[in-house]
Parts: sequence; structure tokens; C-alpha cells
Amino acid sequence: MQSVIVENIIKNYRTKKETVEALKGISFSVDKGEIFGLIGPDGAGKTSIFRILTTLLLADSGAATVDGFDVVKDYKKIRNRVGYMPGRFSLYQDLSVQENLEFFAAIFNTTIRENYNLIKDIYQQIEPFKTRKAGQLSGGMKQKLALSCALIHKPSVLFLDEPTTGVDAVSRKEFWEMLHRLKMEGITILVSTPYMDEASLCDRVALMQKGVIMTINTPAGIISGFKKPIWAMRSSEMYRLMNAVKEDETVESCFPFGQYQHIVFKNPGNDEQRLQEIARKGNFTQVEIQSIRPNIEDCFMALMQQ
Amino acid sequence: MKQFFIFVKKECLHILRDPRTLFILIFMPIAQIVLYGFALTTEVKNSRIAIFDQSMDEATIQLTAEISSSKYFNLVKVVHSYEEIEATFKKGTIRMAIVFPRNFRFDLLHSNHAQIQLIADASDPNTANTLANYASSIINDYQEALNNNTELPYTIKTQFRMLYNPELKGAYNFVPGVMALVLMLVCAMMTSIAIVKEKEMGTMEVLLVSPLKPFMIIIAKTIPYLFVSFFNIASILLMSVYVLDVPITGNLGLLLLESILFTITSLSLGILISNSAQTQQVAMFTSMMSLFLPTLLFSGFLFPVENMPLPLQLLSNIVPAKWYYIIVKSVMIKGLGFRYVWKETLILMGMTIVLLTVSIRNFKIRLA
Repeated sequence: MQSVIVENIIKNYRTKKETVEALKGISFSVDKGEIFGLIGPDGAGKTSIFRILTTLLLADSGAATVDGFDVVKDYKKIRNRVGYMPGRFSLYQDLSVQENLEFFAAIFNTTIRENYNLIKDIYQQIEPFKTRKAGQLSGGMKQKLALSCALIHKPSVLFLDEPTTGVDAVSRKEFWEMLHRLKMEGITILVSTPYMDEASLCDRVALMQKGVIMTINTPAGIISGFKKPIWAMRSSEMYRLMNAVKEDETVESCFPFGQYQHIVFKNPGNDEQRLQEIARKGNFTQVEIQSIRPNIEDCFMALMQQ
Repeated sequence: MKQFFIFVKKECLHILRDPRTLFILIFMPIAQIVLYGFALTTEVKNSRIAIFDQSMDEATIQLTAEISSSKYFNLVKVVHSYEEIEATFKKGTIRMAIVFPRNFRFDLLHSNHAQIQLIADASDPNTANTLANYASSIINDYQEALNNNTELPYTIKTQFRMLYNPELKGAYNFVPGVMALVLMLVCAMMTSIAIVKEKEMGTMEVLLVSPLKPFMIIIAKTIPYLFVSFFNIASILLMSVYVLDVPITGNLGLLLLESILFTITSLSLGILISNSAQTQQVAMFTSMMSLFLPTLLFSGFLFPVENMPLPLQLLSNIVPAKWYYIIVKSVMIKGLGFRYVWKETLILMGMTIVLLTVSIRNFKIRLA
């Protein structure tokens, strides 16, 4: 059974001066108990999708269902059963950790004790600070509290809008571990993130750009769709190297990635020799060239260019 | 029901955790009463005057004594020329000057006709008028005392009786006004800000995606302010009785019930504002401009509505504070019963029902 079905959703934001096309006909579906990731940069339309699915916004056209309920007609039923964690920290900053959790438990007609086992792993980490005001928590702890509040009523579908943005690397890792535990409970999770490295932690991902889904696949499927060999290259002068590589007309793309340039050729063959040639011509020092496996970001960049 | 109570509890925590706002909410009415009662009074008392007495006879000295001993006037200067009068006015130290011509008593006794000149600073026209009236009435009293011996053939005596407020205290007028103003501010402005704050902080987004019904959110948010208003009503009434000596002549129960009605009117106005405002500043300015100013101008508390041009008089009818002001004045000051204010009560009730329906209907169940 499919938890979420989105069919050809179009959403435009109209201001006095212009119309912004936020979603240009988006379709996808999410299976029950799946972690589905919406991956894309800011402005891709991730938040708009979340708001439409959580019945907070009306789409201009298209249809969507959550748990089999229509997002327009049955919005009250959806509001009873989903958990939503907005991109911006949306809890009461002047209430303590415990007061926030109690409040959200109560408005969903439940108690902390009733669903404690569901949030136990997450909540235990912030429990030592339960009398602290939510506004005084660190970024990672805020997100853990927000997740606890979104989970306290045991939702069937969980919508997490950029839950790891602005969170340190350790907390991000912990956060994803929690999501996998929640998946074991049978909760469907829709999560968005601008971080490409988090895509591999999802069951399936949709790569989004400017209101369009470029591809939907498993992380492995997306990577295997990248057919050309890809090379990582570095030298002591990275900026000059990038320009030198880009000047070569046989090069299809060259993107800086950490300490390396990731390079793809238009017509693969003798790639390593060609790169060495570039290095020799430009008198680059400390040159390092290696063949690598593409990652999601490489795929994203390649899709963006199409 | 449990949802509702925990929401109200949460709302109370918000108020209690913001001690500065709470302080303002509780002490604003008290400060206003003190301000209007002692500082911003429209009563004319102890006005400083100068006297230019060119005759210095028995009559002028007696008149001067009468005038300067009254509570309205305070003789601060005796001048000796018209130039000096003008100079003193220019310095701004006096509000009125009294000029006795030469041979005042002689003229009075022999030609039965004497003149006194009152020169008032009319840059504040109302005060100038009032002062001139007070002075003339003292002079008239003196004249009557002179005539007591002889019987004049035709005399009309005017007798004044100041009903409901025999001492002509300004407090009788402004206590009802301050009540209207404070309830309007606390209920309408604070609720609109409180609701808009949820939108601004993003918490409304989470509340909407929950089983909470919209009207429950609204009602729960207004309840704590209802209690703050009760507290304010009580503090204003206590202050007016024990500090300003303005008694509650009418039925206290009726007065409180009418105040609760007006509180609910103001709360629904606040909800209405919060529906369209997106930020707390906008909510505050809208409340200020659309509620505070009309209350001040059109309730009849500072400026009599009857003196306004007809269009403004008609406009004043849609200001709820006007009706509440009339009710409080009737019940509290004049001691009238419900029979005399049922019309105003009905109007307020009608306004409340309309406002409440419109604002709950218009409550946005989605973003944007």
C-alpha cells in the first residue's frame, strides 16, 4: 500500500510583480514504511510539497493523498494522523522541554507515557535538560525535541522538512539512526535535505531542482545510472587547475568537491592520459589523479546539466 | 476538553514567563487612572492671575480678596500698567488679568455703573472661557450682596444644580473612559498579538496540523486575557472608589456584567485583527489605529460626540467603546438601572455576535 501519492502537483506563488513557479507538475509516491528523501538545493520546492501534503497549502492543480485521504477534502483526517516537523524550529521557546512535549501530547489526545517507547531513544538524550527552556537548547537538541513532539502521537506518516539543517555532524548521524529505528516501527517517513550525502541514507530519493523532480530512484540506482567514468584530480593550485580543465574542450564537466575536482569527459577513453597532459601543460605540482565511483552529488550535477 | 485546558495552561505560562508584558498589563490601568486623575486633569484650579488696580478703594480691595480666595484663582502678581500686563502674559506666568479702572467705587455708587476688564489668555480657548465665567460669577455675587439692601424691580436669578457630579470632578468623566480604553487595549491588542505571535514563530503551522479545532485555538488563546481584564476592571473600580472618590452609584453586578460583555466584544475584535495581520508589529499598529484612536476620539470621553460634524457622529456609532462608555456612565455615575441601558447593551451584544462569527469564520485553516 502506498502511504503518499502525489499526482502532477502545480503550485505558483503570486506576488504583485511576478509569479513564481514553485512546483511545475510533481508526481511521486511513497510506500508504507519507507524513508523517502526529497533532495535538492534551497528553492527546489521541497517545503511547498511538505505544506501541500500536510494540508497547509492548496495546490493550484493536481491531486495528492496521504494514507489514502485526499489532502483537500479529508484534511481533518490527515491532520489527525500525520506528524509534521517544519523546517524552522516551531516549538514554544519560552516553555521547557517537558512542557512542550506534554503540550503536544495533550493536543493529540495522548500522553507522554502512552507512547514513551517510541520516543525513548531520542527523548532520553534531552531528558537531562527537561526543565530547560526550549529556546535555550542547542541546535541538535532542538531538532531532537521537535522530532519527539512530532512523534508523540505515533503518526502513520512523518513529514520532516530539513530536520538536519544547521545541525552538527554527530547529531546528524544520530538523527538518521533514529529515523531508521522509526522505520522499524512501520512509520512512513518523508524527509527533505539539502545535503547530498544524506541521500544514501534514504530508501528512495527524488532529486529536485527548481520545482521539477529530475529523477526518482534508490540511491544505488541513481549512482548506477551514472554511466561515464569519473575522475578525481587535485594539485597544489586548485583554482588554476579547475580553469585549466574547463578550458579543455573534451571535458564535459568539472566540479570542485572537497579537496578534489571531479571530472567527466564527453567521450571517455584515455582519460587518465588526457588529465596528465593537462597537468603537464600547466606545470601543476603535487598532482594526484584517481578513478572514483560517482556519488549522489555527481549524479545531481550531471542531471542538472541535462 | 483536556486539550482545551492544557492549551489555556500553556497560554497562561506564556503570559507569566514574560514578566515585563504582565507588569504592563497589570499596571497600565493603574497608571492611567493616576495620570488622568492627577496630571492630565481638565479641571480649572488655582489658575494664576494678575490684578491691575487703578482705584485701590474699598470695593476693589474687597473684590480682589474674593477672587483670590476662591479655589479657581491664585493671585500671583499685582501690576501697575497695561504694559506690565502684556509682559506678564508673554512670560506665560498668568492665565488672566483683572483690571479695575480709576474711581471704581465712586462710579459704582454715584453713576450706578462701573466697569471691570477681564483679560484672558485665549490660546487655550476652553480654559479662557471657564476662567472668565468663574470670575464673572464671583463679581455677580458681590454685586448681589450690594443690592441686598435695595429692592430691584425686576430680577431673574439663575440657580445652578450640577446633577450626578455636584463637585464637577473630571474623574466622573474619565473613569468610564479609561475603563473602555484599557479593556480595548488589553483584550483586542494583546489577543491579536498573541495569535499573530503563533504565526510569526511558526508554531501555528504545527497547531494547524493537529486535531485541534480552529475555534478551540482561538477561544483558548483569549481566555487568559479575559482573566487579566477582570483583574483590570477590579483594579480600576477600586482605584476610582478609594483614590479618586468616584463612587459606584449603580448596581455593581450590572456594571461587571456589562464590562464582561464589552471585554468579549474587544476580544473578538482582536481575533478579527489577527486574521489579517502576519506580524506582531502589524497587529499592534492595526490595533492602535483602528481601536485605540477611535476609542479615544469617538467614545465621547475626551471630546463630546454631539459637537462633531454629522458624518463623524454617524461614524462614532460603530465604535463599540462609545456604547460601553454610555453604559458605564449611566450605571456607575448616574446610578441608573438596566431599564435605561438595555438599548446600548443590545447594540454591544449585536456587535459582539457579528464580530465573533466573522472572525471565527475567517480564521485561516491553512497557511496563506
